[in-house]
Amino acid sequence: MQTVSTLLDKDWYERYKAISRLNIRSSIYDVTNRCNLRCKGCFFFSSDEHKAAPEEEDSGKWEEFVERERQRGVNLAILIGGEPTLYLDRVEAFYKRLPTYCATNGLIRIPRDRFPGLMVGISVWGDEEDEKLLRGRDVFAVSSRNYAGDPDTYYLYTITPRQLGRTERVIRKIADVGLKVHMQLLSNDEGVNGFSWTPSQLAEIRVEMDAMLDRYPRTVISCRYYHEVITTGRMLGRPFSWSECPSVTEPLDNRAPRPKRLIRFIRWAADLKTMHRCCTSATRDCTTCKDGAAHMSWVMVNKRAHMRSARDLQNWIEIYEMFAKLYRFIPW
Amino acid sequence: MPESKEIRERMIRIAEIIIEELKLEDITPKSFDPDMDLVDELGVDSMDLATVALVLQDEYGVFIDEDDYPKLKTVRLIAEYVQSRLQGRKDRDS
Ligand code: SF4
Ligand code: SF4
Repeated sequence: MQTVSTLLDKDWYERYKAISRLNIRSSIYDVTNRCNLRCKGCFFFSSDEHKAAPEEEDSGKWEEFVERERQRGVNLAILIGGEPTLYLDRVEAFYKRLPTYCATNGLIRIPRDRFPGLMVGISVWGDEEDEKLLRGRDVFAVSSRNYAGDPDTYYLYTITPRQLGRTERVIRKIADVGLKVHMQLLSNDEGVNGFSWTPSQLAEIRVEMDAMLDRYPRTVISCRYYHEVITTGRMLGRPFSWSECPSVTEPLDNRAPRPKRLIRFIRWAADLKTMHRCCTSATRDCTTCKDGAAHMSWVMVNKRAHMRSARDLQNWIEIYEMFAKLYRFIPW
Repeated sequence: MPESKEIRERMIRIAEIIIEELKLEDITPKSFDPDMDLVDELGVDSMDLATVALVLQDEYGVFIDEDDYPKLKTVRLIAEYVQSRLQGRKDRDS
């Protein structure tokens, strides 16, 4: 029988053991329905999720809610929105109780004296030209000033098809301000012309993502298997789809048979009562979904399927390590 | 202390459940090493454990708390856990 130790050599086995018991239990929270930007293609606004529920405004209720979440077994709070930094008291309710990651567009600088060590992920949607077109302004110019050299911050680079052949400029700009970067692909929820991926573009961007990882290994947090899975939408020959997605809110998951999935995962709306279908837009077509976290989690929950060969299991380890690094369960 | 026949049989049954639920090949309940680390060697994750726990709950009528999963590292430890739960119930009922 194949076991982990028969498949792996000593070094890989040690890497496996360093992550095999992390038991990451994440959930996602809409901190607010408001944002100080309105990006074209933002799933939150394009699918009217900002209207799904009114915001809870009582900070005491946020504190009680996060305490309940902690007791429910959540050990990683992923804050999204809207723009979470518009409500730092709500961010603080999580930060005081749980390992917390805050997604932001970076226009507001999170005060580090109040939030030392808070994990921050800043969105960047391409170079100046694309950011102006899709987000209305060169957001990177501001966010990079706000967070340059911050040891607990990285960029989440959403690559669009128009970025083909131009990603290096963005990666270099990020390296130049002393930050790290993780790459994902635009899902183009609003069908902006020229921003939907074709199969040949996906094949090209995979090669480019691999090249960026090779050229900037200290800046790019990624791995080749992630590039393969996200660009092909396939893992071990299986297509990514609704019936495979691991990031569906658990109490709303009525799929049969139930696939391997994130345990206890819920994406909560800002009223702290309403639940969204999944980690991203409820109106998104799963067959074209490019959500990076959902693809990573898909691999992560299918560990034993990767015990076919040493290479498959090493691929699994690399994706798990990448996720664990992004959320600081292991160091960068 | 030598293991009791009861524990030995329970370990074989638990191994059988794991083999069935996780669709393991090239192994039988009798050849299953009761001290093999399920996570470090078999690659079992918490969803696998939850599946196994449900079958155990049905079969033995004992509740397995999800917070206890990290303790259930081997077939032997699962068997001892089930045993202690059954014993606890007997003590309460008597
Ligand atoms: S900054 Fe983020 S939340 Fe705000 S509009 Fe853009 S993508 Fe949406
Ligand atoms: S849209 Fe994406 S994340 Fe949401 S259920 Fe579909 S595949 Fe999963």
